[in-house]
Amino acid sequence: MTVADIKRILNAAVLTGGEFMDREVHTACGSDMMSDVLAFVKDQSVLLTGLVNPQVIRTAEMMDMVCVVFVRGKQPDKTVLQLAHDRQIAVMTTGYRMFTACGLLFQNGLGGGCEHHE
Amino acid sequence: MSEPITLTYAVPGDDFTRAGEASSDVKKKLKAIGLDPEVIRKVAIAMYEGEINMVIHAGGGEIKVILSSSSVRMLLSDHGPGIPDISLAMQEGYSTAQDEVRNLGFGAGMGLPNMKKYSDRMEITTEIGKGTTVEMEVYIKKVHEVS
Repeated sequence: MTVADIKRILNAAVLTGGEFMDREVHTACGSDMMSDVLAFVKDQSVLLTGLVNPQVIRTAEMMDMVCVVFVRGKQPDKTVLQLAHDRQIAVMTTGYRMFTACGLLFQNGLGGGCEHHE
Repeated sequence: MSEPITLTYAVPGDDFTRAGEASSDVKKKLKAIGLDPEVIRKVAIAMYEGEINMVIHAGGGEIKVILSSSSVRMLLSDHGPGIPDISLAMQEGYSTAQDEVRNLGFGAGMGLPNMKKYSDRMEITTEIGKGTTVEMEVYIKKVHEVS
């Protein structure tokens, strides 16, 4: 699926990176612990998190992730959005909670990037 | 590449929001010289975890990155409290981090294991009360070695 599909499925608002909606996303990872995210490298992933600080974007940057979705309607500050803009990472916010947001993406065919066995 | 290139970074220990800037810069520079993306990602993640560790456990420090034709070597040195039991610290899930660090998304006991996982070689030298040096190396495979 694409970043645009994720936006639609999660009824999300795009905060930065609207020009990257056509990017392909192959896997997803949902976590508030960045070291757990860093333990599992997958290509072209989306990160779903309830954590709002610049290290979320740094983590996505190190892992070449294409998109970050903040759950529970969380709004990152300007520093976070500027960093994401500079690193060309799309950022969205959705009103869904983590479990539901992950479930909706899974239901729509997006595999997990964090499991040992698919 | 004939001569190794050395990059040096001071890691401030009092600003969590800036943690990762050095790793980000290294990643950009390695990309610019066209290194294998897999090597770049391994270096970036291993160094980033180390950089975060320096900030949350040791009050900052210094990172040296030495790029040669055969590898990317990272030397992370701090003057923090040292690691009392390295084998315990290497266990996934073991952490001495405070709750405030966990609230920032780190301190899950995955830092050192991730650093080992993403580097091809890692050595830790530590002295209680003096500090810790972590040396990590990621090898660059030559084209004829890959095929």
